Amino acid sequence: MDIDPEDVFRDDEDDPDNEYYQEKYATKELCVYLIDASPKMFSTTCPSDNQKDISHFRVAISCIAQSLKTQIINRSYDEVAICFFNTREKKNLQDLNGVYVFNVADREDLDRPTARLIKEFDCIEENFIKDIGSKYGISPGSRDNSLYNALWVAQALLRKGSPKTTDKRMLLLTNEDDPFGNLKGATKIDMMRTTMQRAKDAQDLGISIELLPLSIPDEEFNVTLFYSDLLGLGGDELTQFKAFVSERFEDMKEQLRKRIFKKRKIRRISFLIADGISIEVDTYALIRPTNPGSITWLDSLTNLPLKIERSFICADTGALVEETPKKFQTYKNENVMFSEGEISEIKRVSTGQLRLMGFKPLSCLRDYYNLKPSTFIFPSDEEVIGSTCAFIALHRSMLRMKRFAVAFYGDSSHPQLVALVAQDEIISSSGQVEPPGMHMIYLPFADDVRDIEEINTDEDVPRAIDEQVMNASALVKRVDLKDFSVCQFANPGNSGNLLPVFVQKILGVKNLWNIFMWFR
Amino acid sequence: MSLITKVENLRDIEREGLVLVLDVSPPMHAIVPEMQKICSMLAIKKLIFGKYDEVGLVVFGTAETRNELTKEVGGYQNVTVMRDIKVVDGDLVEVLQPLPQGSASGDFLDAIIVAMDMLIKKYGPTNKGKKRLCLITNAASPVKDPFEGTKEDQVNTIASQMKASGMKMNCVIVRTKQDLDVNKRIMEENDLLLSTFSSKSSCKTVYVESATSLLGALRTRNITPVTIYRGDFELSSKLKIKVWVYKKTCEEKFPTLKKYSNKAPLTDKFATHEIKVDHEYKNIKDQNRTVPPDQRIKGYRYGPQVVPISSAEWEAVKFKPEKGVKLLGFTDTANIMRHYYMKDVNIFIAEPGNKKAILAVSALARAMKETNKVAIIRCVWRQGQQNVVVGVLTPYISEKDNVADSFYFNVLPFAEDVREFQFPSFSNFPSSMQPNTQQQEAADKLVSALDLAPPNKEEGLRPEFTPNLVLERFYRFLELKSRHPDAAVPPLDETLSRIREIDPELLSQNKSIIDEFRGCFEIKENPKLKKSSRRIIREKPSGSNEDVDVKDPDPIECMSSSEKIGDQNPVKDFEAMMLRRDSPAWVDKAIQGMKNKILYLVEKPCEGDRYEKTLECLVALRKACIIEQEVKQFNDFLIHLYKLCQEKGLLSFCEYIAAQHISLISKKESADSDVTEDESMNFYVKTET
Repeated sequence: MDIDPEDVFRDDEDDPDNEYYQEKYATKELCVYLIDASPKMFSTTCPSDNQKDISHFRVAISCIAQSLKTQIINRSYDEVAICFFNTREKKNLQDLNGVYVFNVADREDLDRPTARLIKEFDCIEENFIKDIGSKYGISPGSRDNSLYNALWVAQALLRKGSPKTTDKRMLLLTNEDDPFGNLKGATKIDMMRTTMQRAKDAQDLGISIELLPLSIPDEEFNVTLFYSDLLGLGGDELTQFKAFVSERFEDMKEQLRKRIFKKRKIRRISFLIADGISIEVDTYALIRPTNPGSITWLDSLTNLPLKIERSFICADTGALVEETPKKFQTYKNENVMFSEGEISEIKRVSTGQLRLMGFKPLSCLRDYYNLKPSTFIFPSDEEVIGSTCAFIALHRSMLRMKRFAVAFYGDSSHPQLVALVAQDEIISSSGQVEPPGMHMIYLPFADDVRDIEEINTDEDVPRAIDEQVMNASALVKRVDLKDFSVCQFANPGNSGNLLPVFVQKILGVKNLWNIFMWFR
Repeated sequence: MSLITKVENLRDIEREGLVLVLDVSPPMHAIVPEMQKICSMLAIKKLIFGKYDEVGLVVFGTAETRNELTKEVGGYQNVTVMRDIKVVDGDLVEVLQPLPQGSASGDFLDAIIVAMDMLIKKYGPTNKGKKRLCLITNAASPVKDPFEGTKEDQVNTIASQMKASGMKMNCVIVRTKQDLDVNKRIMEENDLLLSTFSSKSSCKTVYVESATSLLGALRTRNITPVTIYRGDFELSSKLKIKVWVYKKTCEEKFPTLKKYSNKAPLTDKFATHEIKVDHEYKNIKDQNRTVPPDQRIKGYRYGPQVVPISSAEWEAVKFKPEKGVKLLGFTDTANIMRHYYMKDVNIFIAEPGNKKAILAVSALARAMKETNKVAIIRCVWRQGQQNVVVGVLTPYISEKDNVADSFYFNVLPFAEDVREFQFPSFSNFPSSMQPNTQQQEAADKLVSALDLAPPNKEEGLRPEFTPNLVLERFYRFLELKSRHPDAAVPPLDETLSRIREIDPELLSQNKSIIDEFRGCFEIKENPKLKKSSRRIIREKPSGSNEDVDVKDPDPIECMSSSEKIGDQNPVKDFEAMMLRRDSPAWVDKAIQGMKNKILYLVEKPCEGDRYEKTLECLVALRKACIIEQEVKQFNDFLIHLYKLCQEKGLLSFCEYIAAQHISLISKKESADSDVTEDESMNFYVKTET
C-alpha cells in the first residue's frame, strides 16, 4: 500500500514551477495612457453609490490607478507611461504645448510601474489644477493642436522596443467626441487631416490606438464625428464599437477597467472536427491563480540578491557530476535507464491539435471532473477562413442541445482529454460578464479519480427523511446569497495584496535593489 | 492533520494480499489481451509502489483443473491456480503473458470460492481489509446449482464469509456487443447474484463494454485515502456538522525519475547511483563567498523592486486564519459556472459512524438538490495555514442504500485570479461569419449524431474508465526495457489509440452527416496572409519568444533559390536541384527536401488544393527516384507517409493518392526494387486490413 504524504498537503503548495501556472506571455506590453484633462472632463459628472457626483476625470484616474495596482503584482514586466493632454502646463521631451507627461523619481517616462508611481498617482487630483492645470488646447485663432501633440508625444514614448517582441498601445480616455468642433472651415479640415495622419503614422509603426470614451446618457459619444476615421474603424468594427453609456460611476468604472486590460492569447491551436475539417481557435487563460508572490533571497547586510548555484553531487562518491545525467527508475531491483529523448517520445502521443471525439449531454460532466483551471477558446479567421462560422454553428448547437464536446488535446508535455463547454454571452449593466466561446475543462483519467464515497459502506446508512430535508431547505432559503458572484473576494493570503502595507518602507529603503536594473 | 494521525495511518499500511480471478473461457478470448494488459499494469505498479504486496492468480474456464479444493472436496472443475499467493515479482508479469485461452465454460462462483480459500489458508483472520479479490469476467456462463439450497443462498453465505474475514472484491464485468445477443437469461441471473455481493459485502462491481474502458476499470495502484481535514462544518455558530474531507480527484503524475550517476565503481554492489542536488547561496559580487542562512533575508517583488522583509515584520502583518470550515451562504446553482472550478476536487463526508452527522449531511444535500442551490464556504484546512480557500459545495445524492450522501467541493477563484478580457459578441460578426440555416442544421446533426453517451450503451470515454495513455505507455515501456534495455518506444496500441482519436465505428456510422458538415462549410487558409508570417509550429509553449511565431522554421525555405524547394513551384525547384551536377550531394539533398516538403504539405491544417499539390510532388519524387535508382528511398518514404497519415487521421489523403494509383515502385518498374507488382498493387488494400 502506498501513501503519498506529499499528496495530502499538496493543496496549499502547488508547484510554482509548473509551466501551466506561470503566466508568461510571448510579448511585453508598452502602454501609454493618454488622459484628456480638458475642463469638460472636470465639469461632466456622474452620480456614485454614495450620493456624490464624480467627474469623468476622476473616473479615468481611479480606473488607471486600480489597473496599475493589479499590474504591479501580476504583470510587472509591462511598461506604462501616463500622459495628460489639454493641460495648462507642458512637460514632454518635444516641448509641445498642452501635453504633460506625469512621472516620479527613479523612473523613465515609459517604464515599469513602481510603488512611488502608484502612491503619487493615487493623489494626483489634489494638486492637479495647481501644478498641471486644465486648459482646452484647440481653439480658433491658434495653430495649437493638443490632440495632435498628445499623439506625437505618445508615439515618441513608444519608440523603444522592437514591434516583434512588444505590444504597443495608446489608450485614449476622453469625453469629447468632436475635438475640433469649435473650429470652422479650412483650418478645421486641415487640423483634422494632420491629426489623422499622425494617428495613421503611429498605427503604421505597429502601435494600436484604442479609444475609451466616457459619456453621459443624454449625450451619447458619437464616434462617427471624428474618432472612427482616426481609429480607422470599418463598417463591422464600427457597429461593434460600443461607447460606455452609464449613469452610475461604479458601472462606468467597471466597464473602463475591463477595457483597459488587453486580452492576450496563450496560443493558437487547430481544432480538428473531423478528417479534413480543421479550424483555428485561440486559447486564453481567463482564470489562473495569481502567483502568490515570488521570493528572492537577499543578503541582509547589503540587500543585494544572492546567486543560487545548483550542483549535482554523486550520492555514492561525493564527486561533482558535470554532464547531464540520464534518468532511471528502479524496477525489479534493477536500474532501468531512460534518455530525455525516450521520455519525450513516450509523452508524444499526438500532434498538438485539439481533436473532437464526440458529444455528451451536460449531465455527464460531473462536478468532480476537474484538475486545474479551465482555458477559454475563441475562434480566429486570421489563418484559416471559415473557422469562426463553423465554431459559431457548433457553439449554438451545443447550447441548444445542452451538450458538451469531448476532445483530445495533444499537448506535447501533457496530453489529455478535455470537455469543451459552450458558454453563451452574458451582459450586464457593467458590460460583458461572460464572453461567448467555449471553456476547455481538463478531465481526469481513471487513476485520478478516487472512490471515497464508498469508503465506509454500512448496511444501514441513515438517510434524511422528508421532514428533515424540509427543515434543511428552510435553512438554505434563509442564508441565500442572492447577488453572489464568483471572485468578489480578494485573496487575503496573497503576499502581493499585503505588500502595499510596506510601500512606505519601500520608499524609505535607500539601497533598494531593482531587479530589472540588474538584467538590463 | 496532526503527526499522530499520520503515524497511525502509516501503521495501517500492511502488505496487501490479492488474488486475480480471470475468466478465460471461450467467449472471453477476444478480450484476453486487454485483460492481460491491465493485470500486467497492476503487477508493474505493485513492483514499484507495493513491493511487499502478495499476489496470486486463478484462471477459470480452462480445460484442466488445478486447485486445492478439488483435491480436498472434489468439484471446482475448470478452475486453475496459476500462481499461489506470494510476494509480487517479475514472474507474475511473465505468467500473465500470455494468459491461457480456455475451452470450458467459466463458473465465476467456483473461481471466487477457490480464491477465497487461498486467501483464508494464507492469512487466516489476519490482514483484515487488506485481502482482495479481483474478478474479471463477462458473467455470461451459467453458474452451477449448489448441492443444497439455491444459488442465492450460496452467494449470501459467501458474501457474509467475505465480510467476516475482511475481504474486499472488485468485479469487472466485460460485456461486448456479441454478449448482449446471447444468454440473456443467464446473464440476468448472474447480474442478480453479483448485485447481492455488492449489497452484502465490500464488493464493487463495474460493467464495461469496450477494451479501452476495461483498461481503466481497475485501479492499478492502491492509494490509501488520507483526510485533509477532520472537524466542524460550521453552518452557524450553533449549528455544526462533523465532517471529514478527502481528495476526490488527484492527478497521478508522470513518475519523477531519479538522476543517474555512474561515478561509483562497477564492483560496488551497494551503490545507489543517485544524484543529490546541492544549493549554494552566493554573494553576487564576490562569487566565492557563500552566505550563511542567518544572513539571508527574504525579498518580495513589488513591481521592479525587491523589498527585503524580515520574518518578524512579515509575521506581524501575515494573514493567520483559524482552522475551520464555515458556511458563507447558499446560492443558485446557475450562479456558479462550471469553468470557475480551479483545482482538483475534494469530497466532504460525514464523520464515519456519527449517525447525527450522516443525517445532517444527508438532509442538507437533499435540500440543496431539491432547491437547486449550492453552498459557498470558506475553508482553512489546518492550523498555521497561511491562506484561506473559498469554494463551492455541490450535493452528491447516493443511489446505493449502503452509501451515504456527501458533498463535492471545488475551489473558486479570488478576484485577482480572473482576467476579465472582453470578446466581441458573435452577433456582431459580419454575416459572412454567421452560419446560415443549412450550416446550422448540419452542425445540429453533427452534435447529436457523434454521441458518446447513447441510451442503453456504455458512456464512451468516461473519465473513471479511461486510462492515462501516457502513464500506460511509460509503465509498459519500463517493463519492456527491463527485459530488453535497447528497445525503442513502441507505438500506441489500438486500444489506447481510441483515447486520442475518434472511434472509427462512430465515424463510419455517421459518414454522411460528417460529409454533409464538411460540404456545408468552406474552410480554407487565408490567402492574404503572407507565407512567411504563417506559423507552422503549433506546439509553441506560452513562455517562448514571439520570434518563433514569425520565423518560418522550415530550413529549406531559407536557402537561396536554386538550392531549395520553395512553395510556389516545388516540383520545378526539385527538378532543378536534381539536374545540378556540381556535386553528387544534390540528389540526396533534393530528395530529402522533397520528402520534407510533402510531409509539410500533408500536415498543413486545412484541406483546400494542397492534396493536388502534394500529389504532384509525390509523382515527381517517384519518377526521380526511379531514374536515380533510389527506389528504396521512395518506397520507405511512402510507407512512412501512409503510416503518418493513419496516425494523424488524414485517411482522406491516403484514399486520394490510392485513387491516383501512386503506389510502391515495383520490380517491373525498376530492377532495384524488391517489391513485386502484386505487392505494389495491393499496398493500400493490405495495410488497411
